[in-house]
Amino acid sequence: MESVMTLTRDEQEMLDGRKGKATQKAMELLVRYAEALGAERFVDTRNVAGVPGSANPFLQDYYKDKGADGFDAIFSHFDLDSDELIETPQALVPTYHLQGGADPTAWQTIGVKVEVFRNYQEREAFAAAHDVGILKTCTPYLAGNVPARGEHLAWMESSAVIFANSVLGARTNTEGRESTSAAMLTGKIPDWGLHQAEHRYGTHRIDVDVSVDSVMDWGMLGYYVGDVVQERIPVVVGKYSQSEIVRLKHFGAAASSSGGVEMYHIVGVTPEAESLEMAFGPKQPIETFRYGKDEQRRVYDRLNTNASDSSVDFVMLGCPHAAIEQLREAARLLEGKRVSANCALWIFTSRAVKRQAQEEGIVHALGNAGAVLLTDTCSAFAQALPPGTKVAALDSAKQAHYLPAILGIQAWFGSTTDCINAALTGRWSGERP
Amino acid sequence: MTVSTTIILRGRKVCGGRAEGEALVTRQTIPGWGGVNPVKGVITETQHDLRGVSFKDKVLVFRGAKGSSGWSAMYHTTRLAGTAPKALIFNEMTTKVALGAIVMRVPSITDLDQDPLDVIETGDWVIVDADQGIVEVVKRAAVRGG
Repeated sequence: MESVMTLTRDEQEMLDGRKGKATQKAMELLVRYAEALGAERFVDTRNVAGVPGSANPFLQDYYKDKGADGFDAIFSHFDLDSDELIETPQALVPTYHLQGGADPTAWQTIGVKVEVFRNYQEREAFAAAHDVGILKTCTPYLAGNVPARGEHLAWMESSAVIFANSVLGARTNTEGRESTSAAMLTGKIPDWGLHQAEHRYGTHRIDVDVSVDSVMDWGMLGYYVGDVVQERIPVVVGKYSQSEIVRLKHFGAAASSSGGVEMYHIVGVTPEAESLEMAFGPKQPIETFRYGKDEQRRVYDRLNTNASDSSVDFVMLGCPHAAIEQLREAARLLEGKRVSANCALWIFTSRAVKRQAQEEGIVHALGNAGAVLLTDTCSAFAQALPPGTKVAALDSAKQAHYLPAILGIQAWFGSTTDCINAALTGRWSGERP
Repeated sequence: MTVSTTIILRGRKVCGGRAEGEALVTRQTIPGWGGVNPVKGVITETQHDLRGVSFKDKVLVFRGAKGSSGWSAMYHTTRLAGTAPKALIFNEMTTKVALGAIVMRVPSITDLDQDPLDVIETGDWVIVDADQGIVEVVKRAAVRGG
């Protein structure tokens, strides 16, 4: 394959097939992708997060019908978009598996059939055998993969990408299934967009003119910001507080759902925005938006568009996967109480955070209150609800964006306390801000 | 009297090839995972102006991609399911839409000399020659013989 890009010697060798067939196919995919972007070169990465080799039932059936449903077949044909079947080599650079599959101990809770679960286990074993770190979470940065400032990554998962860029100052575009699997074999990703300093400056200014404090407030602000800036880079300035990790996790997840935001600046909070001037660099804001009480109420109403029945039969927390602080908070709110017999409470987290919760006695406490702590996935991702669910309650704007669209149920959006109260009473009593 | 209603746009190749079909136009960004059913070939996101509309075999004209990093895998799946659009014409380049276009393997063009969202309307007949970077638009009125 010919390329108009400037390739280093090792990149050219990979493309010429001198580093093996799979590496060649991976490089061909990356060259097609980089040329589509208009990138001129690659950047080296030693931190990849994707879903190599995973397969949903559609893909499994599709390749089974083609008579090539082995792990190598799905990795060759789907991950690398190669028409040739090739044996999958080990990961060349450190690579981690994001969310997917089902909780290894409570898979039956989310309605996964035994044969499907076995398949998930086999795919996990395939990834692990190819040197992929099994994190099984949308929050790798809370589970052991914490990139340094300036580090070049090839990450999937929009909520993790926005966190890595904005909060940690690492550099990654929103990569996809195919580009992360190709990066796993090559340690290369197109040098484009957020890998380059000049593309990390803010484009739009958001003046926050209403108090933004709770996880719910930060989620609503994120949902607003994503809607107005779409895939641009917002610079947020104004009346906010308590901008710690959990709130930024919810803010970013919301902004990358209502729009395609991959990076933001919060003046005085995020590392590339010590000041407004630093956040915009040489650029002038294209447009300024004011986020006040009216805008906040409109976001709240929009996130609650699909809800009308006040009886709630399902509460889901942990989108993105709950941090240990959020599990502690849930346990505190549930202390001495019990989830209503008419309602289920599922909380999703990573395996790593669950282990910490185990150490702290939180897993036991949540179980005693009738809550179910689950790992690896979430309701939207697994398309899993307790049987008969009609009305859900959620404290995540991202989940409220996706769950009604995917599963056709009603969903209330509110604070973590509103959601826990709904789980305890089976009724929604959240209030409009 | 016949009025010429063919418009030519020039842009940059994203993914090569040539295809033609009826335009499906949205000024909104297009969602990926969680907002599209790739097996049926329809947008499912609530509040999207193309909700429930099939993009199978259409020339999709849109602002850009948004949402999940599962964008490429979803549109990759449309190729396997036979529900992919015939071609893509879009304004805003992102990694999602670039990767999605190449794994969908459909002719795709961006950076056009006129805003395709101003020129092309749903129902127009559109010929996309991505290798040459040329989009030919036959207005719906002409398609219907009007």
